[in-house]
Amino acid sequence: MQRRIVSLWFPRLAAERSLRARPVDAPFALSLFDRNSERLYDLCPRAESFGLNRGMTLVHARSFCPGLLTRPADPAADQRFLRLLARWATRYCPWVGLDGRNGLFLDITGSAHLLGGEEPLLDDIRARLARAGLTARLGLADTPGTAWALSRFAEGIAETGETLARIGPLPLSALRLSDQTCTSLERLGIATVSQLYNLPRATVARRYEPDVLRRLDQALGALPEQISPLGEEPGFAVRMTLPDPIGLLDDVMAAARRLTAHLCQRLDTAQKGARSLKLTFRRVDQENQAVELKLARPMRDPERILALFERGVSSVDAGYGIDMIRLEATEVEPLGMRQLDRTEGLEKDGLDDLITQLGNRVGLDNILRFQPVDSHIPERSFKLVPAAYSRPAQAWPANRPRPIRLFAPEPISGTGFEPPRRFRWRGRALTVFEAEGPERITPAWWDLDDSWAKGLRDYWRIATHQGQRLWLFHTPQHPGWFVQGEFG
Amino acid sequence: MSLNFSSVFPLKHARAHEVCGDSALSFAAIAAGMTKGAVVWISEDWRPPVNPEGLATYCDPGRLLLTRAANQLTALASAETALRSGAAGLVVAELSGTVGLTEGRRLQLAAEAGRTTAILLIPEGAGSNAAETRWRSTGIPAPSDPTSGPATVPRQNGHDSTHWRWSLIKNKIGTLSEWVVRWDAAAHRVIVVSEAGG
Repeated sequence: MQRRIVSLWFPRLAAERSLRARPVDAPFALSLFDRNSERLYDLCPRAESFGLNRGMTLVHARSFCPGLLTRPADPAADQRFLRLLARWATRYCPWVGLDGRNGLFLDITGSAHLLGGEEPLLDDIRARLARAGLTARLGLADTPGTAWALSRFAEGIAETGETLARIGPLPLSALRLSDQTCTSLERLGIATVSQLYNLPRATVARRYEPDVLRRLDQALGALPEQISPLGEEPGFAVRMTLPDPIGLLDDVMAAARRLTAHLCQRLDTAQKGARSLKLTFRRVDQENQAVELKLARPMRDPERILALFERGVSSVDAGYGIDMIRLEATEVEPLGMRQLDRTEGLEKDGLDDLITQLGNRVGLDNILRFQPVDSHIPERSFKLVPAAYSRPAQAWPANRPRPIRLFAPEPISGTGFEPPRRFRWRGRALTVFEAEGPERITPAWWDLDDSWAKGLRDYWRIATHQGQRLWLFHTPQHPGWFVQGEFG
Repeated sequence: MSLNFSSVFPLKHARAHEVCGDSALSFAAIAAGMTKGAVVWISEDWRPPVNPEGLATYCDPGRLLLTRAANQLTALASAETALRSGAAGLVVAELSGTVGLTEGRRLQLAAEAGRTTAILLIPEGAGSNAAETRWRSTGIPAPSDPTSGPATVPRQNGHDSTHWRWSLIKNKIGTLSEWVVRWDAAAHRVIVVSEAGG
């Protein structure tokens, strides 16, 4: 069967990806720092109409088009997006390969009839991509080379046998040759593919690099060209079917042990660690029971994983017995080899296991660590981050004395700039014994925080005869006194 | 017969201790500063978290693993898990209800099994009989300076006023007593100002 290849070219992939996320109504371009200056990486047609082009410096571009909106380019994200598109394209055929930064090859041999022929297939691709906000140029031919040339230079379909006729009038750069080679051929008056084809092969081979003839042969089908489809992401799941149902905890754990060992071996080969696992038990009455485990750190040590599963497995209702067990790593992360270390070893592992155990009780997001934040606002000088996804803060910045418990400001009665001598707070009458202050804290003018709407705060540390040590503040711009913390 | 402070503080290792009173938090923070390793700090999620900047006076907040439990039962269960695993240096649980004898005893056994110390911050009178010691920590006005006269006018910019009365109100293996202590920032430890409420 004759191969039929579609070449899909996204001329503005990067810009359109960015615009899909956040559309703008202005000339738009992406910029990337390259060769010592910020340069245009990709742009929308409206920006192009101002005479801008790729590779131009941003300063230069702005002088042409003062209203130009730019965002930083992210080539890695574009690449990820292209891989997503490649996965999407498998709806048309099973064989999809990447082509450079912004193209795809689809081998639609034998699958075009599913959409009613080649013309409807291309129309369908075009319509769906247009709906997604992507400009695409399509070429369909017998070989990847010709399909590539058509998508870049003359959109359309080259029927089997008319390859040379379609590609002949196209310029030499349609053959994926380097600019240098094209220029030197053009100097000889060879401007189109058919002119190159008509030259004696021996002369071309002698005078030019082998690429020239190779690309020509590939386009015409004389030399084969492969399309490498993307590899499937490996799945990490193992299962065990039992001839007789089991129900005792020890038996179930023994089966789980075998599965865990097998899974960990596969993770080891792939240099991955499991972050979350799911152990499913199918009972003889077709009921499924699942035990989920979220780990504090990617891990592939079977003994430790098994120990962490114990609590979950003991709560499974085996009913009339379990006849199938499946263990799946639902989330995996890269995990390289680890050098055994004399200093940090067991102790650190123990803490990670503890985080996992607690996390399976209260949720991994509820195990938190404090991280310092560079802010002079007391309630914002720290943040809470999940412990499973962070390292402990190394050095905690020294600050002025702060209360051990902070709460939302609670108003008390008081006037003047000095702390009130006596006041009531939380139903208790307190008399001030000692006051230290003021420490003035100004709100951050750059962000609007309602709790700081009253402006400046003069903080006082007070001690009362009743034993409380409190953190009061006075707002001189809107007079009032508040309690915000307890020193304990 | 007076009880020596150093025989009861630092708290006995691998036991469960209870603390109540207005200044229970600083008691726990000081005790945390005297241990090594991670501090698992369990509290119910409605409570505002402790302020790490305030803790920094007494112990390194980077060592804290804050665990937020939905209710007291979960908090107790988490404390038991943490104690039994033995991976943490200290487990602090802020509780809002009463601790029954069963719960207290289970925590005590878990602390012994995992060789980890537990501090339960409890409301006044909510402790269980299973605890090794129970303390009441309250702030007191620092003994007044003889030069400043009666403290009718608030003193300003005074010296370190951080004095606490730490009363030992339950002790399984000895007598009860109370001390007035203060925090010595330079030495990074508590020092006894006066014995037996003196």
